[in-house]
Amino acid sequence: MRQNFRNWPVLLVLFVFSAPLLIMLTFLLVDAFTTKVPGTMVPSGVTLHHFRFLWTDLDNGSWGIWGVTLNTFNFALFTSLAVTAISVTAGYALSRLAFPARGFFLGGLIVLHAFPTVTLIIAIFLILQLLGLYNTLIGVIVVKAALELPFGIWVMKGFYDTVPWEIEMAGVQDGASRFTVWWKLILPQVQPGLMAILIFSFLSGWSEFILPMVLAPGNDAQVLSTYLATMLLDGGTQADFNLFKAVGLFYALPVIIIYLVFQNKLMNIYGGGTKG
Amino acid sequence: MRISIENFTKAFGTTTVIKDMSLEINSGEMLALLGPSGCGKSTTLFAICGIHRMNSGRLLFGERDVTRISSQQRNVGVVFQNYALYPHMNVFDNIAFPLKVRRDTRADIERKVKDIADLVHIGELLHRKPAELSGGQQQRVALARALVREPDILLLDEPLANLDAKLRLEMRSEIRRIQQQTGITAVLVTHDQVEAMSMCDRIAIMDQGKIMQLSSPKEMYEDPSSDFVAGFLGNPPIAFLEGVAAEGGMRLANSEVTLPVPAAINLPDHGAAVRFGIRPEFFQPDNDLKIKGRISFVETQGREELYDVTLENGSVLRSIQSQGGSFKLGDNVNWGIAGDRILAFDAAGNRL
Repeated sequence: MRQNFRNWPVLLVLFVFSAPLLIMLTFLLVDAFTTKVPGTMVPSGVTLHHFRFLWTDLDNGSWGIWGVTLNTFNFALFTSLAVTAISVTAGYALSRLAFPARGFFLGGLIVLHAFPTVTLIIAIFLILQLLGLYNTLIGVIVVKAALELPFGIWVMKGFYDTVPWEIEMAGVQDGASRFTVWWKLILPQVQPGLMAILIFSFLSGWSEFILPMVLAPGNDAQVLSTYLATMLLDGGTQADFNLFKAVGLFYALPVIIIYLVFQNKLMNIYGGGTKG
Repeated sequence: MRISIENFTKAFGTTTVIKDMSLEINSGEMLALLGPSGCGKSTTLFAICGIHRMNSGRLLFGERDVTRISSQQRNVGVVFQNYALYPHMNVFDNIAFPLKVRRDTRADIERKVKDIADLVHIGELLHRKPAELSGGQQQRVALARALVREPDILLLDEPLANLDAKLRLEMRSEIRRIQQQTGITAVLVTHDQVEAMSMCDRIAIMDQGKIMQLSSPKEMYEDPSSDFVAGFLGNPPIAFLEGVAAEGGMRLANSEVTLPVPAAINLPDHGAAVRFGIRPEFFQPDNDLKIKGRISFVETQGREELYDVTLENGSVLRSIQSQGGSFKLGDNVNWGIAGDRILAFDAAGNRL
């Protein structure tokens, strides 16, 4: 088949723009596994020494990589579960039910969606202190989930909007309660959206940095992003950059795997749901 | 089961769609709600099944007042215009859904689904998904799902609108057969007069939220109560002649021609406006009440030919004749109206 456009100019442009990223990623990979004489670019030997953080205590005050990883995992998982559960129900309500001030909620959702959340951080800090949730993982989860919600609800509402109204009415006529209709008939139709929200908010939680750093700076609630940051700060100019890169690789690995496994499902969010 | 709608009023916001409508549907009868779009026929249907709440009025199924009862408890089967099959379930699960909701036993469900699937002739499609079915098959599944829990009433919302012409003919008789075989009370909403006339025992013709006439298809065709009803039924449609009442009959507008009026019709006072409705089959070359005109349009329909005849005053009459006439476009003709079949209406459109 003859193509209307030649591919190579596009590929070239793409390559030029993504080259810096590629180079950085390559060096992340290479440096994590090799030793180098300072000042040179070519590695001098292969080593697993930089990954020592996996089996030894780095003695930097935190409670070890595995505890921090567990924290990160919990943080990402519970954030995404909360966001998904609430988005799936709230999106349905906004799409289907006529309740008071529905327009206000819809408008508010868009405003919050576009709102630079960092500006809220001092207020959130005060509220968490008041509630006694400052410096706890639960506190950060609550805040992160709340900030992720506008996006999740909006996407889910878009998915619900595409489900024909008649399917719901047919279910009601068949004798099913509104809840059964939602659970058995409507939810299966929006499952791609549900999966996308679940994965997206998990990834977003996994890579969150600002919120844990500001709201839970203590060691008990440390997550991988803050662990990395302290590693840099504590080391100062003496920081072990190869170690840093190894931890970074360890930190990025789940994200890469999740993307590879679920990339089709993630594309749904752009194809199926979002309207307006 | 008998359905009675008493003084039904429905408004959406400030727009009143249906005002003070009453309608009685007999047990085992198939009734058509016929009308142009926006006349309130679907609103009436959705009020019967409980999707729309009535603003005022009462709805009775048999002796039971169901006005305030939820859709789930009304035991009404509905076939929606786009069938509303559940896309993630196969045909069996689609049909079984109402039974599963009711918590029937597994054996009961299997038996009932089998029976109903055989009735609508989809026995061999039970494992397929809706997306793998043709329009006619989806229609049958929707019917089966609506009928499987033996509802008191079956409602059909434009069930044939999404089918192609040939399938429409087939499903028309199929739906009628299934309705008669089950003896269920059915209400059909349609804007297609042929569908309404061919499928139903009685037709309620609606316009602007009111029932204009309620009678059997034959009666409605031959004895319409207003010019709206006369104009809505019949294909090719009826032709109207405008004129005024005069000595010895109706004088056509802009013309000296006076048509004599059959004795059965009481004309208003001289000078009052009247309309004559003349169906194409009653305007033929050998009828007695002759009128002059020119053939302005010829349409070949196969078995029959349809002629438009423009009269000297500019009005148009239609004539449908069996194939074989030697008339051509532009011919001057002097054809006749069957005087006793003229339908006369007053200025407000009411039958005289």
